[in-house]
Amino acid sequence: MTTIQSPRSGNIGSGKIAPKYTRTGGSKGNFEMLAWLFMRLSGIVLVVLIFGHLFVNLLVGEGIHAIDFGFVAGKWADPFWQIWDLAMLWLAMLHGTNGVRTIINDYAEKDSTRFWLKVVLYAATTVIIILGTLVIFTFNPCPVVDGVQLPGGFCPAP
Amino acid sequence: MWSWVGHRITGVVIFFFLLVHVLDTSLVRVSPEAYTAVIGAYKNPLMALGETGLVAAIVFHAFNGLRVIAVDFWKKGAKYQRQMLWIVLALWLVTFAAFAIRHLSLALGGH
Repeated sequence: MTTIQSPRSGNIGSGKIAPKYTRTGGSKGNFEMLAWLFMRLSGIVLVVLIFGHLFVNLLVGEGIHAIDFGFVAGKWADPFWQIWDLAMLWLAMLHGTNGVRTIINDYAEKDSTRFWLKVVLYAATTVIIILGTLVIFTFNPCPVVDGVQLPGGFCPAP
Repeated sequence: MWSWVGHRITGVVIFFFLLVHVLDTSLVRVSPEAYTAVIGAYKNPLMALGETGLVAAIVFHAFNGLRVIAVDFWKKGAKYQRQMLWIVLALWLVTFAAFAIRHLSLALGGH
């Protein structure tokens, strides 16, 4: 039997790409493989989280007409929906960021363009994830500014 | 090839909506009135069409993504990828039609 050498491999039998053909000098470890795996695992979870999110928020009862400050307050009074939304936020942002990173790598040919597009992408991702996480955990159904309750809030009876 | 193009385009569209959606939801932390005002924008008929389009993109991305997973992890995935694309499109049509009928009748109908 003749064994055919894998494309770009160093020697027969090893699945490894020969050093002279690698693009990154091998310093990246298996990050790309982990990113690939993450897209598939997070994807499965996101199908459940987002379909559930759309069903509960848009298809049940009055649908979109029911959504207002009180609707959000009602959901986040329950840790179940806090965790649901937190998981959805993190997984969707990381899944989306990795997807856009792939697209930048594919289409931006200049090194500096690729670099700066990814700087902007990661900055946006960081801001949105931190902001969203803070909003979920610091949400107050009875917001008070300078000792005055804001109209539309849900405050305990005095 | 076209399912791959569709997956990329819908993915980017969903990502940009996600950025906006976290920002608009964050207004619950500003004031109840600020949130109610921005969510009011989602309730006009033009936005209802936009939301329906967005869900069309999400449902395609979801089902085609599951197909990609099947191609990658199922032994016969690559062999049946074409048949699975038709299943994806059929499921997309059914799911999207059900959503569109329900959402548009709620959003466009008086209540």
